[in-house]
Amino acid sequence: MLTPGFADPVLHAQAAFRAVLDAMSRPGRVQLAGPGLAPPAPLMRASAAVLLSLADAATPVWHDAGADADAWLRFHAGAPVATTPRDAAFVLATGAPPTLAALDAGTEEEPERGATLLIQVEAIEEGTGLRLTGPGIEHEHRLLVRGLPDGFVAAWAANRALFPRGVDVILCAWDRLAALPRTVAIAEG
Amino acid sequence: MNAPLAGYNFAYLDEATKRMLRRTILKAVAVPGHQIPFGAREMPLPYGWGTGGIQVTAAILGPADTLKVIDQGADDTTNAISIRRFFTRVAGVATTERTEEATIIQTRHRIPEAALREDQILVYQVPQPEPLSKLEPRRAETKRLHALADYGLMHVRLYEDIARLGHIAKAYDYPVMVNGRYLMSPSPIPAFDNPKMHRMAALQLFGAGREKRIYAIPPYTEVRSLDFEDHPFRPIRAPQACALCGSRESYLDEVITDDRGGRVFVCSDTDYCGTRVAAQKGVA
Ligand SMILES: [Zn+2]
Repeated sequence: MLTPGFADPVLHAQAAFRAVLDAMSRPGRVQLAGPGLAPPAPLMRASAAVLLSLADAATPVWHDAGADADAWLRFHAGAPVATTPRDAAFVLATGAPPTLAALDAGTEEEPERGATLLIQVEAIEEGTGLRLTGPGIEHEHRLLVRGLPDGFVAAWAANRALFPRGVDVILCAWDRLAALPRTVAIAEG
Repeated sequence: MNAPLAGYNFAYLDEATKRMLRRTILKAVAVPGHQIPFGAREMPLPYGWGTGGIQVTAAILGPADTLKVIDQGADDTTNAISIRRFFTRVAGVATTERTEEATIIQTRHRIPEAALREDQILVYQVPQPEPLSKLEPRRAETKRLHALADYGLMHVRLYEDIARLGHIAKAYDYPVMVNGRYLMSPSPIPAFDNPKMHRMAALQLFGAGREKRIYAIPPYTEVRSLDFEDHPFRPIRAPQACALCGSRESYLDEVITDDRGGRVFVCSDTDYCGTRVAAQKGVA
């Protein structure tokens, strides 16, 4: 039996979207999302809330979250499943994610086609850790990420060098999320 | 919060349309200054009434927001009142004329004088999103020029002004470079307002209804008015003080006071001016 989606599909989707908009506008700032959701494991509330608020029949989703999560996402978001990560508008990684270079980075004329990659991690905390600079950041934001994939910072530099093409990342940890739009520069702390 | 009108989805748009707009807005934030086409919906207001801005506002608005709408700086024009009334009816949100109370400010042709904060979003109504439209009418070609960051056409156009007139003859919609990459139209705001866009603490979103495009400037992003080393950009302002509040910093409108050609200059930002007048009365 499927657990419910948003209790209020209109207002909760709006709240989740504003959390993502705030996160994308201020890279590295932590937002809360999906507080009322109970998605099947290994889906976390924040990543479930992002997909419920943004994915639909127009956006192929690729994920590694297994059959229960698949049934839940299909029922509540109605998004088609992409056969490969490169064909997906949204990619959700609950385990080791596909490399950034394996995803759609859009084109020079239509960089907006670049995919959004959701990576589930163990924890995100503001104040220490990675040093982030770029649009949306007044001086520097710091973000500690527990469970960041190996080699991510180097792969990110290559992704950022593609600008305006590129992939945008949303890190999700339980009911918390932080975004890394393709413009952000990341240095190890 | 008032109860929204029955028979409408919250904020008028259906959820599929909101999701499409929200995805577009997020990618616009990720690629600052880049225009992204979207599938515009028919709105119950004609083009020219800010349908692009209205769709952006409808996509982001929630019940906790307080909405301010200005037209040429004023809250009390027909256009601003209509849009405020529309969102009161379809979303039941609180509205305000006070810049400092607003969480979302939808604007046509001005940026408020008060510095905006991190917890505010400025939504611009845009008639023509393409800064190169008068120089290159073909959309396929302007897309190519943006992809190449080839903005020679615009530099030539501005330099021709300098050669002919000694200065750049663009008082409104003065083109800017966003994050050092994309040439962007700031919409028909006075060039006086351009410096306010630079490293603004608030998120700036732009919606063009007829042309069906959205673009954005994230907070604290570099926004430079196009200029030349020997002809630096200078924001222009009438030299007078406001006849009501005495401000020498704000952008002024010239108002005809009688049929014998009498005229005065007053702040275009009515909330800024009214707040100053009230403070002066309080002191007196
Ligand atoms: Zn005044």
